[in-house]
Amino acid sequence: MTERNYLTEDTRIISWLFTTDHKRIAILFFAAITLFFFVGGAAATMIRLELVSPQGRFVTSDVYNRLFTIHGVVMVWFFLIPSIPSTLGNFIVPLMIGARDLAFPRLNLTSFYLFMLGGCVTLYAVFAGGVDTGWTFYAPFSTMYSNGHVVLAAVGVFIAGFSSILTGLNFIVTIHRLRAPGLTWYRLPLFLWSLYATSVILVLATPVLAMTLLLVALDRVFGVGIFDPDRGGDPLLFQHLFWFYSHPAVYIMILPGMGVVSELVAVFSRKAVFGYKFVAWSAIAIAVVGFFVWGHHMFVSGQSVFAGLVFSFMSFIVAVPSAIKVFNWTATLHKGWVRFDAPMLYALAFIGLFTMGGLTGLFLACLAYDVYVTDTYFVIAHFHYIMVGGMVTAYFGGLHYWWPKITGRMYPEYWARAAAILIFFGFNLTFFPQFILGVLGMPRRYHVYPPEFQVWHVLSSAGASILAIAYLLPLFYLIWSMFYGARAPANPWGATGLEWLTPSPPPKHNFETTPAVTRPPYEYTLGGEARPQNA
Amino acid sequence: MPETPAFQFVDLRQQHEVAQLGMWVFLATEVLFFGGLILGYSVYRFMYPEGFADAARHTQIAIGSANTAILLTSSFFVAWAVSIVRLGADRVAAILLAAAAALGCVFLVLKGIEYKVEYDEHLVPGYFFTFGGPNATSAWLFFSFYFVATAIHALHVAIGIMVLIFIALKARCGAYSARYHAPVTVAGLYWHFVDLVWVFLFALIYLPGRTS
Repeated sequence: MTERNYLTEDTRIISWLFTTDHKRIAILFFAAITLFFFVGGAAATMIRLELVSPQGRFVTSDVYNRLFTIHGVVMVWFFLIPSIPSTLGNFIVPLMIGARDLAFPRLNLTSFYLFMLGGCVTLYAVFAGGVDTGWTFYAPFSTMYSNGHVVLAAVGVFIAGFSSILTGLNFIVTIHRLRAPGLTWYRLPLFLWSLYATSVILVLATPVLAMTLLLVALDRVFGVGIFDPDRGGDPLLFQHLFWFYSHPAVYIMILPGMGVVSELVAVFSRKAVFGYKFVAWSAIAIAVVGFFVWGHHMFVSGQSVFAGLVFSFMSFIVAVPSAIKVFNWTATLHKGWVRFDAPMLYALAFIGLFTMGGLTGLFLACLAYDVYVTDTYFVIAHFHYIMVGGMVTAYFGGLHYWWPKITGRMYPEYWARAAAILIFFGFNLTFFPQFILGVLGMPRRYHVYPPEFQVWHVLSSAGASILAIAYLLPLFYLIWSMFYGARAPANPWGATGLEWLTPSPPPKHNFETTPAVTRPPYEYTLGGEARPQNA
Repeated sequence: MPETPAFQFVDLRQQHEVAQLGMWVFLATEVLFFGGLILGYSVYRFMYPEGFADAARHTQIAIGSANTAILLTSSFFVAWAVSIVRLGADRVAAILLAAAAALGCVFLVLKGIEYKVEYDEHLVPGYFFTFGGPNATSAWLFFSFYFVATAIHALHVAIGIMVLIFIALKARCGAYSARYHAPVTVAGLYWHFVDLVWVFLFALIYLPGRTS
């Protein structure tokens, strides 16, 4: 117990604020994104509250526009995109590859402060009166007509984008160059393959968003007219540039979750992941193909039918690697010694919810059907199944799984399972009715609607209140466990990865001696014994 | 610090590789950053070929060409410095890097003069923008791209100059050797990239409409 670890090494506040230790920076990110999660969640709560009644009783249309914009901007850029990479990834990547830190520790700290700066600017924009463009900042509304703080919000997102780029850059270089001896690419845990694919997207897509937002700001402030039809500009160019970033960004918001689930499924069924190479390369395939599907956000924008066909076809192609993953996780479970610990409950929920989200994604990839449900709640339900049902669920799964490593304490299993189950039911009750609403014709971004839709909206809001409680539960019991939880052993789950070789919590520089890797990950004996990667 | 690797690395060789790969990945980001802008330019040039050609004829090709020569020469000095520092000639490398930085400054001064000329000719998109003939609208767009692209590029040049001066000073103090010179290589990569972007911008900005 007196062993010094990264938490007890130097407990002054200043040593936390100027730390370059990847584990401490991960903790800083945890604190920051938890804050943003509840800011975005508060906006979602008000949206669901508003939608209980068809007449729009609580807020005006203008305030409603600002609410869904805050919700979108904060949740996408300040929670989902950094969620798994900057927290769990930051903590686990060096441990998993047997390194003492990331390749660029100071850049990592810079990434955190850029994130906070971007976050503060965006929050300031919110409190100074808000933005009413939606998270997509579509021109020419954002450049010419909106009376919100578009430029401030764009600057905030612009700055946070550089934080993402630095994190992605750090992961790519670290995974390429700092692997322990013997840790070949095909011996990498699948979490690292996923984060690698994610990082490629972060590095290649984010700069395009940065340029796009810069042009929006210039258009708005100086009237340079690049998206202004009066000046010969084309607002559609904005959509192309924006979705060239934002569709790959959708995969930033799911690939890390897939990586976490690959880890969880293997550990809790005591089996190697079925078809390791396929799961690994499917992450890369999703990242690559993801760059060529952005036009499916623009089927009704007036792009050519040929472009529509190509983008539709490419969108169907993305389903192939995604389906490979789902099938391979399922095959991993087959004849495994499945244990239903809380992280596994989250992983199983992920597989189901992601499948729902993915399949409805195929509906939307169909040109004809997409025209019918464009800008309806069907789309809302679809991407919430992926982002919330998928990514947030995986985030909680990973958080519980690595919690003993991060804090040195076990979380309370009973409460954790209860929260996992509650999240699953709350989530489905919130978002399944929205599929039906969408098919019935309820458009997104309206707060007044015909009374016949009310029953579905009430169901959805009821689900949201369950979901809100379910998301608050971990906040309490995880904090409780930091002080009163049982002490965690080095390898509480009997997993094979290098991160479990270090004590929980790990010492400041992770490993006394760099481990030499001799095995692929996920090797279990028939009796369910783990064979660590260095054994 | 120079002769021993940072704590997260096994040896200097690994540290050197990491530094280089990091810069390459960063340059990939930069390519996409400028790529978005150049894509926008290309779309409008395709939509308004005559307007863009007409507008491009109003750019200062003499200054643009001089600046291209200046940046290419500075890149040559940097390449020279990178290859010579590997042989241990760190003091000579310092002089070469300083020369490259000086050329970068000349580039910025000329760019400033060019902006002044365009300001006087009312080519800055804004209230005083005037452009005779039928292509006023697309000329406005052209000059919007021109100013945005060259200003962002000039910012990169300015950062590059500061980096080169910093590295030159450290080289002068003997911080680099045949064994340890990763920062020189990495700074060199960045400077070559800034140079390369200019080559593209030069072709896109000054050359349309100048043939026949």
